[in-house]
Amino acid sequence: MSNSMQTLENHTSSEYKYGFTSNIDTESFAKGLSEEVVRAISAKKEEPEWLTEWRLSAYRRWLEMTEPHWPNVKYPAIDYQDIIYFAAPKKKPQYESLDEVDPELLRTFNRLGIPLGEQKILAGVAVDAVIDSVSVKTTFTKQLSELGIIFCSFSEAVKEHPDLVREYLGSVVPPADNYFAALNSAVFSDGSFVYIPKGVRCPMELSTYFRINAANTGQFERTLIIADEGSFVSYLEGCTAPMRDENQLHAAVVELISKEKATIKYSTVQNWYPGNKEGKGGIYNFVTKRGLCDGDYSKISWAQVETGSAITWKYPSCILKGDHSVGEFYSVAVTNNFQQADTGTKMIHLGNNTRSVIISKGISAGQSQNSYRGQVKVARKAQNAHNFSQCDSLLMGDKCGAHTFPYLEVENPTARVEHEATTSKIGEDQLFYLQQRGLREDDAINMIVNGYCKEVFNELPMEFAVEAQKLLEISLEGSVG
Amino acid sequence: MLEIKDLHVSIEDKEILRGINLQVNPGEVHAIMGPNGSGKSTLASVLAGREEYEVTSGSILYNGQDLLEMDVDKRAHAGLFLAFQYPVEIPGVSTATFLKSSVNAVRKGRGLEELKPVDMLKLLRQKAAELEIDPKFLQRSLNEGFSGGEKKRNEMLQMSLLEPSLGILDETDSGLDIDALKIVADAVNKLRSPERSFIVVTHYQRLLDYIVPDFVHVLSQGRIVRSGDKSLAFELEERGYDWVREKA
Repeated sequence: MSNSMQTLENHTSSEYKYGFTSNIDTESFAKGLSEEVVRAISAKKEEPEWLTEWRLSAYRRWLEMTEPHWPNVKYPAIDYQDIIYFAAPKKKPQYESLDEVDPELLRTFNRLGIPLGEQKILAGVAVDAVIDSVSVKTTFTKQLSELGIIFCSFSEAVKEHPDLVREYLGSVVPPADNYFAALNSAVFSDGSFVYIPKGVRCPMELSTYFRINAANTGQFERTLIIADEGSFVSYLEGCTAPMRDENQLHAAVVELISKEKATIKYSTVQNWYPGNKEGKGGIYNFVTKRGLCDGDYSKISWAQVETGSAITWKYPSCILKGDHSVGEFYSVAVTNNFQQADTGTKMIHLGNNTRSVIISKGISAGQSQNSYRGQVKVARKAQNAHNFSQCDSLLMGDKCGAHTFPYLEVENPTARVEHEATTSKIGEDQLFYLQQRGLREDDAINMIVNGYCKEVFNELPMEFAVEAQKLLEISLEGSVG
Repeated sequence: MLEIKDLHVSIEDKEILRGINLQVNPGEVHAIMGPNGSGKSTLASVLAGREEYEVTSGSILYNGQDLLEMDVDKRAHAGLFLAFQYPVEIPGVSTATFLKSSVNAVRKGRGLEELKPVDMLKLLRQKAAELEIDPKFLQRSLNEGFSGGEKKRNEMLQMSLLEPSLGILDETDSGLDIDALKIVADAVNKLRSPERSFIVVTHYQRLLDYIVPDFVHVLSQGRIVRSGDKSLAFELEERGYDWVREKA
């Protein structure tokens, strides 16, 4: 192995920096899953009967389903009876100001660099911070509510806006859509709810930080965003999780509904614990994310930077039902050490004159495996659909793998579908060139990687893009502490 | 300035350089000529610190320091600059971003303060104008889609920004038309000074019409087989490299 290959290995083998556990008292159920547990979760959350029944029917469907094994990932069998399905901070927080919040919690947020409170007000971002399963603090709600915007925890939405929840819950991702979606539908704990009324442009980025905190607690978040006719919203989801030895299952569901001429931009930075250098521990991230472009000229744009989790199984998708609707997917997925990612998107063209864009950038380092899996489907009646896909893979070192699985299903001859794919190694020529111009090896690697990801970073909101760049550096660094 | 003693270099067990001796004093311009495969570019790469070459014996002193012990970036900080024969493309990184990082990295390495953004912008504009480079060019991705001439001009821009004490030009003239050649030569001649030295690696005498060397060395099969003044280059042009091979 040449020296610079060695450097790449050093560079890409740093330790996870967000590994710690905070000591907030947590109230948890015993391990295991049954109808009783599903009922207990629903009761604990004081839910209406229809929702309890909805959960139970999902649970019964789940019992009949089998775990999917088609993704290009390997992991030991999950014992679903060995998981705690509900945990909530014991002190039920109802605060007007930050001073009343558990200082331990605030310290945790600060260590994670989450600027909750005053800093966020200056930055113009509303934060709905979720620690474990219960929303702890919601800011800006009042300002948003003046515009008729609803931005609250899912539980609160069930209580305050039951009609909206009932109308849209499961309308994009049906309870029995897939194994993990069914599990989520049965036991989901909390999450976020957003409703943007007709013609309203949400004046700030809506942001939620999810965090898994209690050991052995599966996280089952549920997010529902509805953008009514002619509205616009940009939603940010970012997460870090503390160091943990046992694997943790995370099966979230995100549903987006974009009505006529409405736009939803959904950006994610995911930095959960990826496991240690030997591949021990780390989060299993099995997520179902799907958006419905329901109305004409509607648009849904997913942008994600995935650096964390031991295993990622995630395909944020768009159903382009309205005529002239647009779906976009911009992704950077980084795997290092023994991480495995099988991620991509689905673009389902149903309406006429629909367009979709897929830009996927995979970066594999260490002994990781990184797969892009994407489906473009054009239905028989969808005239003049257009898709452009670009899937690039960057390999760092010679022990990792990059795979591309594009699926095309075109049933209408007027469709135009373009696919480009490249695989490249981070070039020793490039490294040498930059170092000859005085850059340190680490800085040279960061410059090359950032350049490679630029098309995706350009799609992220400004502050998120900065965070994403930092995350990438942390994920791939090693020789510099 | 630079003292190469009995330098032997191999790549994958094949010996390319077989005992190079060369002394370069401050202010001198040395031309290294030779047929393809004689080891010219290898010498340039080894001086800059390229890793796939193995130095099996010999030494290189650069301003009194053991050059072979220095990392690639440290050599750049110490004033060694290599103008590449084939400058690499780095997609998504704008030329301006790269130039700023490079200038500040080298300044830091030399114990100078980083330039303020305003001063940096001024400097970039001024140097670009000197080389007749359109400022819009700086917004493009580094070397991506550049023509041969643009790439070489960009190399010269970097050289004039980094103000090296030893500039090494690795076949910078290859693939250039006469106008581009003049611009490159102009850039080098502007930088010539009593403290600054150059090693010009070239296959053709043509470039030496514009960059007039103090010394010419002919490399053949990994050795310097002849040294002389600029007239040696003309002799070579007339008689061809076979003449040198016979002598060797």
